[in-house]
Amino acid sequence: MSEIEDVIKVEGLTKVFNHSLTAVDHINFSVKRGEIFGFLGPNGAGKTTTINMLITVLKPTSGKAEILGKEIGKQANDVRYSIGVVPQEYTADEDLTGIENILLCADLYGIPRSIAKKRAQELLELVELTKFEDKKIQTYSGGMRRRLELACGLINRPKVLFLDEPTLGLDVQTRTATWNYIKTLKKEFGMTLFMTTHYLEEADSLCDRIAIIDHGKIVTIGTPNTLKDSLGGDIITLSIQKDTDITTLIKNVQHVKEVKLENGTYTIKTKSAEITAPLIIEALRKEGQVVTKLSLTKPTLNEVYLQYTGKSMRDAADENKESAMAQRAMMRRAH
Amino acid sequence: MSDEDSRVSKSKIHGLWALTNRELKKWYKAPVVFILTLVQPVLWLGLLGNSLNMSSLFSSSSFTFPPALASQFTAEQLATLQQYISSLGNSVMQGVFGTTSYISFMAVGMIVFTALFTTMFSGMSVVWDRRLGFLNKALSTPVSRSAIILSKVLSATLRAMFQASIILLIAIPFGFTVGAAFTPLNILGVYAFLFLLCIGLSSLFIAINIRSRNNETPMAVMNLLNMPLTFASSAFFPISNMPSWLQAVASVNPLSYAIDGCRQLLINDTINYSNLLIQYAYVGIFALILASVGIVLSWRYLNK
Repeated sequence: MSEIEDVIKVEGLTKVFNHSLTAVDHINFSVKRGEIFGFLGPNGAGKTTTINMLITVLKPTSGKAEILGKEIGKQANDVRYSIGVVPQEYTADEDLTGIENILLCADLYGIPRSIAKKRAQELLELVELTKFEDKKIQTYSGGMRRRLELACGLINRPKVLFLDEPTLGLDVQTRTATWNYIKTLKKEFGMTLFMTTHYLEEADSLCDRIAIIDHGKIVTIGTPNTLKDSLGGDIITLSIQKDTDITTLIKNVQHVKEVKLENGTYTIKTKSAEITAPLIIEALRKEGQVVTKLSLTKPTLNEVYLQYTGKSMRDAADENKESAMAQRAMMRRAH
Repeated sequence: MSDEDSRVSKSKIHGLWALTNRELKKWYKAPVVFILTLVQPVLWLGLLGNSLNMSSLFSSSSFTFPPALASQFTAEQLATLQQYISSLGNSVMQGVFGTTSYISFMAVGMIVFTALFTTMFSGMSVVWDRRLGFLNKALSTPVSRSAIILSKVLSATLRAMFQASIILLIAIPFGFTVGAAFTPLNILGVYAFLFLLCIGLSSLFIAINIRSRNNETPMAVMNLLNMPLTFASSAFFPISNMPSWLQAVASVNPLSYAIDGCRQLLINDTINYSNLLIQYAYVGIFALILASVGIVLSWRYLNK
């Protein structure tokens, strides 16, 4: 069997709700085998709608998407067998135990009990929940629940794993731990990952490529570094001992794009701070200037995100945390 | 390859049973919920059955002869008169309720009433499955869409049938007596009624709930349905004694047919087989129509 390079291929995918609300508007992208693909965007930008179409829960209004060469609309069932889903919500049943929940997931894929039990044990071991497998989910912490969702999402040995906000509402330690589990599992099963997250540092360090969606359209796509470079480069800030204006001097240094002087501090824009900074220092040294302060700033994904969506990520993340909290409160009330 | 193995073994029943079992486990594995479902009928029978006890109304203990009347008879004659009146009361009970024991009459109404409630709550659990993300998760797996809906119908039906058995058992110490026409085989007939009724009702309630993101709207709709379904039926009082407009409502209510059928099978002294047949047919057609409409509506929604 020839391996398909583009594990996920999306062409002109569109979803219109109630004939009026265009949630996803002719988006195109592809995800390569073995990639970790990050899907970012503000709340209501169309992330969830896109993911729901890809996992065959929603039917697209127009356009098409293929997963491992199978069309999500026409060959939905083939797609379902080859994907795993780790939803944003905690979907495990609180009244059931860990192992019961995993076996239920296995049943939904029609996996025979004997195989399901073996896989469940393996997965519980991988996410370190073996000790708690006979405990009801009610007694699990947030991190444990996430891990259980992960295990459930992997029970059918998916080739593509969809993770919707896998670390939402977790503390820093648990988030890091959860990502370690995800990375281990990815290596173990050689999967392609498609994930959404609101934590941009996570996306930056984990994702091979990132797409940012806003108002139903993909506004930019690329590796984290390309995206950051596209902002026009790094920033060097420096101060000197003497009280003389050296703006023109700096401006004449190779690679320098822009210089601004404010309160005795020079802010310099350049493509690559590592290359330009030594050149500037060299030029200043020749003029007998002594640098007292120097810092290099690489643009973060935050800046990229803000550039393209014009919204602060903080608000979006907080909003989402609130809804997650409301959801948990709701779940408690259900009992 | 193991992945291929699992695909071969896929069967519709496998997923359906897993989802049904999930619902049932949530019920019988939660001791509080389980015990409450058993306590509830005790309360209903104990409180409503005894406070509304029609049989005592028609018994000699509920009246005394006025002194002017009593003085004209000897004590012996009075006792005979009292007996006559009592037996007259019994025959009124027999004529109106089809049994001399109101508890027996009501217990049968109760089992159908419980079926209504169980199916209603099962319908509401769809909203929770949606809100908590389980529905989406299940939809992303190859499990058949109809299994997702049918599991709700099936689990509600099984629960209602179990609860019906418990109600009847609990009603015995309260004075439940079976009619002369009763044979153990009739229990199966009662289950058949409950099965059909529950399938119809839970399909209806699931269709009402599945589109809703909140609990409030379907709750209001179901509360609205609940009142006429319960009280414009023969659950607690015979239809024949209702005003004609109410009779008109009650006589199209499928609950009445199921209840009357169950009463024939359990507490009546004679069974009118042609009526029984009509009752089965009515409840059966009701189930068929609602199940097809409900399942088609839900299925269409899940495939949107």
